Amino acid sequence: MNLTAGDLASLNGDRGLAHKMAMTILVRMLPAFGTERLLDITAAHIDSSLYQGDATLYYAEKLASLGAQVVVPTTLNVSGVDEHGWQRWAVPPEWADKARRQMMAYQSMGCKPTWTCAPYQESQRPALGQQIAWGESSAVVFANSVLGARTERYPDLLDICAAVTGRAPAAGLHLEANRRGQVLFHLKGIPARLQEDDSFYGVLGHLIGSRTRDKIPVIIGLDVVPSEDQLKALGAAMASSGAVALFHLVGVTPEAPTLAVAFGKRQPERETVVTKADLRLARQALSTARDEALDLVVLGSPHFSLSEFAKLCGLVSGKKLHANVRFLITASRVIRAIARQQGYLVALEEFGASVTVDTCILTTPMLPQTVRTLMTNSAKYAYYAPGLLGTRVIYGNMEDCVRSAIRGRVTLDDSLWDT
Amino acid sequence: MGHIIEGTVLVAGVAEGPVLASSEPLSFWGGYDQRTGEIIDRRHPLSGRVAAGCVLAVPASRGSTTTTAVLLEAVRCGMAPIAIITENPDTFLTLASVVADELYDKPIPVIAAEGGFMSLRSGQHARVQADGRIVITD
Repeated sequence: MNLTAGDLASLNGDRGLAHKMAMTILVRMLPAFGTERLLDITAAHIDSSLYQGDATLYYAEKLASLGAQVVVPTTLNVSGVDEHGWQRWAVPPEWADKARRQMMAYQSMGCKPTWTCAPYQESQRPALGQQIAWGESSAVVFANSVLGARTERYPDLLDICAAVTGRAPAAGLHLEANRRGQVLFHLKGIPARLQEDDSFYGVLGHLIGSRTRDKIPVIIGLDVVPSEDQLKALGAAMASSGAVALFHLVGVTPEAPTLAVAFGKRQPERETVVTKADLRLARQALSTARDEALDLVVLGSPHFSLSEFAKLCGLVSGKKLHANVRFLITASRVIRAIARQQGYLVALEEFGASVTVDTCILTTPMLPQTVRTLMTNSAKYAYYAPGLLGTRVIYGNMEDCVRSAIRGRVTLDDSLWDT
Repeated sequence: MGHIIEGTVLVAGVAEGPVLASSEPLSFWGGYDQRTGEIIDRRHPLSGRVAAGCVLAVPASRGSTTTTAVLLEAVRCGMAPIAIITENPDTFLTLASVVADELYDKPIPVIAAEGGFMSLRSGQHARVQADGRIVITD
């Protein structure tokens, strides 16, 4: 091991028991990261806030009771409960109580109570080249790819060790040499109209993630400049079907001004041509049902942005949700507050939609058993709902979701995807 | 018939039991039921199989960063695999075992088998040794 005097002091307990516990875990992890040293980080995003059972709560309360305090600006990911709104759904009180205790434990360590998987939509963004330690797979891929900050895909429980010590393994995507592209995805013959559609990005991400695993994909052949919401959806989908922590979109993302820069001096290990037919199959794979009665439409994984609130508002204003369908948006407290100020929430409430904050349908047991079929514009929700919730799922764009919610039955517009 | 895989120790320990193997990476969050040990990722080849009590061999974890928390909770519940073998070192699965050791004195052996990974099949019997050797019998 190649530890600094400061690291050794932490390890010996000279900086208190919390530092000692965090540093012990970090140091024991160095072989798995393939490194012998740590480096400084200047910000953290903590996914450990998510209550998963007694073990994660015990871990949080143990660190807190040992006096853990973060030493860098630190935001918090979603928690296991909508702290003030859980009673409106099917969350068991015991779960709510424990999830809230876990929230309090991390707040007591000096983390900001942001409770969002999309901290980049509201908090100060890390800068290009900044060394950070982030958890939450969708946030990690956004930070690395879209912002050009440098983080590994930190597992829950390790992110807080980095925040408490200000140190992280000097490995992986922290190092310039490891950030070049590895595999090439070449889009061919994809109509611009399809490229402009939001649902295209979840589908493309799903396809790339499932074929890339943990490699760094480089994408060429896109004719449009995607919006930030679209880049968010693309990364989140890749980080669900694969372990992608960084992608390069040539001409769009900051470390890929050209194909040559994206790959450095290396050749792609593999080139994959992506056609409309491939995308059609990937789109089908994201849905496990079709043409069914609908119980729930859920939007907002990663958490809904202000621009998504604005778009949804335009789609639903003056319309009415079908009596048999619930319509849910998952977002952060801050974005919901701004959406309210902008007047978006009134229109959504008149339509019949509701907003849950702090958490999402995958991380809190909020959905009643009667929800058997849900529809979403999120590839991440679509990917995880069948396993985590046992529901059938249909993936569509926001327009499909709204149309279906009004009609009470799944109604997909396939025209963009047909040959 | 049998063979020995020389793996790299990420968390040392001994375990012996049936192998449950797949060449497909697994996200424990959304893919593993911590209360029953069942693999619940309906898109995964091992969907429906119970990994508790088995030596689980998957090339890597993937997807969510919550994988570690799920595996840790499974260890607490006694529903984790008895050992985990990956292809290359996997930080998510290693961390769950390191924290299980720190919190509960219950580490599970985690070994990176590298080239030897491809020889692992469901139904084999494995004896995982503290030095990272895995003795396989068919």
